[in-house]
Amino acid sequence: MERTTLDLWVGLFVAAGLAALIFLALKVGNLGDFNNAETYAVEAHFDNIGGLKPRAPVKSAGVVVGRVGTITFDPELFEAVVQLDLDSRYKFPTDSTAAIMTSGLLGEQYIALDAGGEETMLKAGGHLDLTQGAVVLEQLIGQFLFNKNDDGKTDAATPLKGEIK
Amino acid sequence: MPKRVISPIRMLGHRVIESLWRMGVAARFFALILMRSGACVRRPHLVIREVFSTGVLSLIIIIVSGMFVGMVLGLQGYDTLQTYGSEEALGVLVALSLVRELGPVVAALLFASRAGSAITAEIGLMRATEQIEAMQMMAVDPIARVVAPRFWGGLISMPLLAAMFSAMGIFGGYLVGVVLIGVDDGSFWSQMQAAVDFGDDILQGVIKSVVFGVAVTTIALFEGFDAPPTAEGVSRATTRTVVTSSLAILALDFILTAVMFRGL
Repeated sequence: MERTTLDLWVGLFVAAGLAALIFLALKVGNLGDFNNAETYAVEAHFDNIGGLKPRAPVKSAGVVVGRVGTITFDPELFEAVVQLDLDSRYKFPTDSTAAIMTSGLLGEQYIALDAGGEETMLKAGGHLDLTQGAVVLEQLIGQFLFNKNDDGKTDAATPLKGEIK
Repeated sequence: MPKRVISPIRMLGHRVIESLWRMGVAARFFALILMRSGACVRRPHLVIREVFSTGVLSLIIIIVSGMFVGMVLGLQGYDTLQTYGSEEALGVLVALSLVRELGPVVAALLFASRAGSAITAEIGLMRATEQIEAMQMMAVDPIARVVAPRFWGGLISMPLLAAMFSAMGIFGGYLVGVVLIGVDDGSFWSQMQAAVDFGDDILQGVIKSVVFGVAVTTIALFEGFDAPPTAEGVSRATTRTVVTSSLAILALDFILTAVMFRGL
């Protein structure tokens, strides 16, 4: 085969391979969205993070405004310390609330950021004081059963409970 | 009586020593390729020619099998996910299984049988027809002139072929899932993008395919160079290339997965 045609084919092949890699990186992977943007880190303490994972989205009004950075454990307060990397395009008041939510019934967990009313804005290294941890399904069921029990007490409808008393 | 007992043990020892010896020779051969690669830098056209014969000529089989693997994944994945009411996760399933495992591994298996066997047969035949010896007589280093360009050509082709395999597979999964079955287009892509990480998934898939490329080309070149200079010897060496490199790919895949994804 002639040298120029060979070069052409190899050039096409390498270009197609690189195109496939770029397709994988941008369209299949998450390199395209929100990786090169400037971020600033904010800390938040949670009593329970549930199944929150690093790189989970931080959403405000449903829009992704950042990602979860590192998750560590504070051995003095016995709380989880979550670092939020927020997009520097968006500023939030210092009294904003961070809550761990679940997208859908069984979906992944994310942090919902609700803006507060304070004039001063969060800066890098800032701290979010108002937080709400993840809702643990077992606790929820426990609470539900407990409340049910209380209802039963007022009704005094269950004979078994009467016996115990 | 003692001879009957001793001779099988002696056979076993002989086999073990022989295979260890071959592995040592292969390792030295690999080091020799790396040391004599200077000519490939000075004459890049030698490598380009090998990229053509290992990469471009393997394109069709890679593209077609990638499409089919992706389409089968789409069908099978939909079947299972449907029972849990999460058909939208089909994109995640197809993309992750292709990018992490099937892309590098199946592409490397195809590469071993398509390009690896060709390399072994070519070099084995060169040896059998005494072309290698002729080169040596003309003071041309056969490792620098024949072996090293094929090594680098295969090394360049393999990750590109694996990336194309994965991309075509995802396209095949899209065809079956979205176009044929009717999974929602937007959630197919967006869930995929949310789940597939560039550093964790795609880059590690690329690392895998580079390692497989090194393994397959080294095995193919060594078997070809080492083949007995007879018709039977070349045919046996070609078979051995495909068998050994397939086993090497699967074993290396296990080790790499254990190290990279589980952080062992």
